[in-house]
Amino acid sequence: MRYLRLFFTFFQAAMAARMEYRANFLAALAVVLLESAGMLFGLFLFYRNGYDLGGWRWQEALLVMAAARFLDGFFTSWLSPNLQKISERVQQGTLDFVLLKPVDSQFWVSVEQFTVWGLPSLLVGGLLLAYAAPAAGANPFYFLAGVVLGAVLFYALAFLMATTTIWFVKLYNVVNFLGAVLWNAQYPISAFDRPFRLFMTYVLPVYFMTTVPAEVALGRKGPGFLALLALLAGVFFLLSRAFWRFALRSYGSASS
Amino acid sequence: MEYAVVAEELRKTYWVAEKEPGLFGTLRHFVRRRYRRIEAVRGVSFALRPGEIVGFLGPNGAGKTTTLKMLTGLLYPSGGRAEVLGYRPQDRRPAFLRQITLVMGNKAQLLWDLPVLDTLRINAAVYEIPEAEYQKRVRRFASMLGIEGVLTQPVRKLSLGERMKAELMAALLHHPRVLFLDEPTLGLDVNAQAAVRDFVRQYARAEGATVLLTSHYMADIEALAERVIVIHEGRLLFDGGLKGLVERFAPYKEVRLDLEAPLAPGDLAPFGEVVELRGQSARLLVEKPRLTAVVARLLAEFPVRDLAVEEPPLEEVIGRVFREGRVA
Repeated sequence: MRYLRLFFTFFQAAMAARMEYRANFLAALAVVLLESAGMLFGLFLFYRNGYDLGGWRWQEALLVMAAARFLDGFFTSWLSPNLQKISERVQQGTLDFVLLKPVDSQFWVSVEQFTVWGLPSLLVGGLLLAYAAPAAGANPFYFLAGVVLGAVLFYALAFLMATTTIWFVKLYNVVNFLGAVLWNAQYPISAFDRPFRLFMTYVLPVYFMTTVPAEVALGRKGPGFLALLALLAGVFFLLSRAFWRFALRSYGSASS
Repeated sequence: MEYAVVAEELRKTYWVAEKEPGLFGTLRHFVRRRYRRIEAVRGVSFALRPGEIVGFLGPNGAGKTTTLKMLTGLLYPSGGRAEVLGYRPQDRRPAFLRQITLVMGNKAQLLWDLPVLDTLRINAAVYEIPEAEYQKRVRRFASMLGIEGVLTQPVRKLSLGERMKAELMAALLHHPRVLFLDEPTLGLDVNAQAAVRDFVRQYARAEGATVLLTSHYMADIEALAERVIVIHEGRLLFDGGLKGLVERFAPYKEVRLDLEAPLAPGDLAPFGEVVELRGQSARLLVEKPRLTAVVARLLAEFPVRDLAVEEPPLEEVIGRVFREGRVA
């Protein structure tokens, strides 16, 4: 309850801090629409020539892209600004103030920031889903449940990487890297060559974030796969908590 | 509880990467880093009773801040034991964190782009302060510090003094029982310094709070603390009354001289310890009992243009005491 209240207080403060930049929001909207159009066009080119990506029909592939858009919105609005703030806090030593508060520090640094720039991506994801799910005969509830679990998994993975900032201080590459991961997540995994597929399944569980929700929603995989995804997300989440606690032992608290 | 704060043989060792200047140094730093061990705190022990206000002194790099960070649970001690209000600080238990605060003169918790009240709101949510109580505390603190008018302005528009006062508000909003203040008056002008000091004194008296305070300004220490703890190079040098400190470590006055003609290095040696000699001006430390005689002789024997007698800077005295090996 207290955490919920705190979450909304952060949310208000973050919104207030960015409200001034209204023109920026329109620009971000235009960028996302153009970007999404580009992605759609790229995907469309394959299908126009009768080529299907690893056995996925057009509407089915759109579902994967919708999942990727949702994750991208989540990444841009919450994850990325918070990860950058962690790095900033370590650099300037103001993580001190978070650690001094009687609040779970991982919670604090994960939800403190928010930007509206990811909302257009969420919107596009919603539109894709609204079009593709009925057209492909997919179950939207399975799909959304899968996407939420995928987001938890993605968060845990991102936070694990971001935690290394306690030692390495700078973190920009991690954020770029995660952006690249998302880029690859927009296509059905079977579209890739085998080595890459294995890498994206077992090393970086990208497969589970976008392809699995679509597969379960389409009935290609049983709902048991959602349970597997939940398990995976849970394990990575707990891992991220343990690693954060471990890292804080090494926190140097910059400057005097 | 007999003691509010206990440090027992507290130690902290860092590994710091070293880098030589220039491109070559940078490349080497990147490929193969060399690390050096820094012993920031080397076995410091002291204990504060509840309600005590204690000054924590020492030159830059003495280990003051590191000690405070261990006592507040930000840093894990490399050795020894810390205990605050019966808790082990590094466990950072919520019940412990609710009762302490740390104010740092060179770091800000206030949200830069937002008014002070937004940060206070967040802290009220964090510490679960009821709305009515929150309003009461904000009004009380703001009037004590005289910053009622600026609470709705973005922090970046505040003056340094206003910002520091607002920092104090944010840090004390939850009514902590133990205050760790690290250079709370850093860079402030005399009036703002006095206001901050008065506020801390009033708060501590009203709440019966325990305060451990570091400062470079002797005036802060004199105004607030009856007891001082001095550390130097990570070791405890003195723990006792302020008067005792001055008598014990500063039986000197500093004499500043401006002369008509340059001096040779040996000329002043018989009068006291020469701290600085630069052409026609010099600073020397003279033991108090000899002061009058020395000044009279200086005036008689040298072409003096100007002469002033002052309290020597405390850091210098402490450094000097340490060099002489007169460790408490």
